[in-house]
Amino acid sequence: MTIAGWITLILSVGGVTLLFAWCIVRVLRKHTPDHELAHVEPVEEDQTDQR
Amino acid sequence: MAEPHQEAWSSRLGVILAVAGSAVGLGNFLRFPGLCAQYGGGPFMIAYFTSLLLIGIPICWAEWTMGREGGALGYHSSPGIFWVLMRRPGAKYLGLLGVLVPVGVYCYYVLVEAWCLGYAWKAVSGDLTRPGFDYAGFFNRFTGIGADGSALHLGLDAVGFWLVVVFVLNFYFIYRGVSKGIERVCTWGMPVLILIALIILARVLTLGTPDPTKPDQNIIAGLGRMWNPGDWARLADPQLWLAAAGQIFFTLSVGFGVIINYASYLKPKDDVVLSGLTATAANEFCEVALGGLITVPAAFVFFGATAVGGGIFGLGFQVLPNVFAHMPFGTVFAVLFFALLFLAAITSSLSMLQPGIAFLEEGLGVRRKSSVALLGLVTSVGTMLVWWFSHDLKVLDTFDFWVGTIGIFTQGTILIVVFSWVLGFERGWAEAHRGAEMAIPRFFKPIMHYVTPVFLLGIFAMFVLQKAFGWNLSFVAPRFAPSGYITDLCGPTPNGPARVAVLFLACIGIFTALLINLAGERWAAKSTPGDSAP
Repeated sequence: MTIAGWITLILSVGGVTLLFAWCIVRVLRKHTPDHELAHVEPVEEDQTDQR
Repeated sequence: MAEPHQEAWSSRLGVILAVAGSAVGLGNFLRFPGLCAQYGGGPFMIAYFTSLLLIGIPICWAEWTMGREGGALGYHSSPGIFWVLMRRPGAKYLGLLGVLVPVGVYCYYVLVEAWCLGYAWKAVSGDLTRPGFDYAGFFNRFTGIGADGSALHLGLDAVGFWLVVVFVLNFYFIYRGVSKGIERVCTWGMPVLILIALIILARVLTLGTPDPTKPDQNIIAGLGRMWNPGDWARLADPQLWLAAAGQIFFTLSVGFGVIINYASYLKPKDDVVLSGLTATAANEFCEVALGGLITVPAAFVFFGATAVGGGIFGLGFQVLPNVFAHMPFGTVFAVLFFALLFLAAITSSLSMLQPGIAFLEEGLGVRRKSSVALLGLVTSVGTMLVWWFSHDLKVLDTFDFWVGTIGIFTQGTILIVVFSWVLGFERGWAEAHRGAEMAIPRFFKPIMHYVTPVFLLGIFAMFVLQKAFGWNLSFVAPRFAPSGYITDLCGPTPNGPARVAVLFLACIGIFTALLINLAGERWAAKSTPGDSAP
């Protein structure tokens, strides 16, 4: 196997493996807000002027 | 509006694995390695990754985006989604191939899936790795490649029994629905598939030099056969670019009618950018990192460079079983390999049925039992044709060319042109980012807007000129001669089975167009002046 072959292999296999790992980590990571969410009362469309 | 559908994905990972399962198929483990070795690793991978950036990922994002938007408006089939997004009555016909292509491809793909299951059983019985086994003879008998009708048997050593099994399995899971059927199969199937591939990969990479009398045939040389760049001047060869772009296009299942359908079951603010990229990355990992390190090196260390050039079916069903026969614990690895191919195939074939089911249900208002029965009838007839006319696999090849190649290219081109030039690119770009968990890099903006449609149209035109009209791919001294796909239909010596295959495809195409017409009337009658539908 030539040096160029090793470079092609490492770049190709490494590139797709890193991309896949990065995507999976981002998908599986839970998104928890770093602050408490504001509490908003639901308001019907016809009640907007009563807020 | 269409009737509300209860179908939905139960988890985000589920839809990603389902799309990845649809994309990962036999091509990942057999076709890609063969092409890469044929064209030389370095130049081919440059063309391959360029095509991934220019057509694969952009069309994937466009399809996910259009699917989710159409689903939010109550439509899940390609005709319905094109109709509701473009707001023109004729637009629904642009989605015709989004129904026809997966149904047509299913008709022959399910037969190859049955080969995989039959070979897995043959491996379990120990016959496949028995010394002196006649691989070519068994393949010819099993597939009926020698004469029409010769594969029409139902024993365990014939494809018929396994065809019935996979047909029943596919329709059982599709009857259970998107979440309980497709998602459940892919949620289990894809991790198992990757695990099996990793086990086989570990075995292949530790093969060393199996035959000390042939020191040149070692695993490092096998990797070199796959990845050594060869001649960099091949980068100027249009054939190489055509092969790489075609592989990217077909491996990702873009323009197939599947992603747009799967994405339509997302919620309006579910992410599509990261999900689409993850499904693409999963497919690329299976193809480049697993398929690229297993198939060709394994074949090379036992049989040398000549073993690699036998085409997909030759490599997968004749060379590799022989490789396993020469390997310690070969029976185990043969079973694992064909189980791997079967898993890859069934997660793909399931995805081919759902677009048709979705169209029948929302277009004609039929219930699941009726849609499954109707689709089962149509696909049974198509599969019977492929099964019976097995001589030289002529009908399988004809289906693959007209539906699985020309049809996919056409639908993919329609999709990206509609997304980028008809619906309005800025609108599509904004829609893609609704609920997105990552931003699409800005350099993709001009790519998706201009480069992808033009690049795809160019590749498609070259493909048709070469494969149908026999262009020698020379711009200096071009020559044309109709290819076998044309002369089979209208040459001086037409091929009967090929004509039957195209006639069948034309019939279901016309039938689908009539159903789309009926569906359009139904959708128009249901839409009220306040609706966003046309």
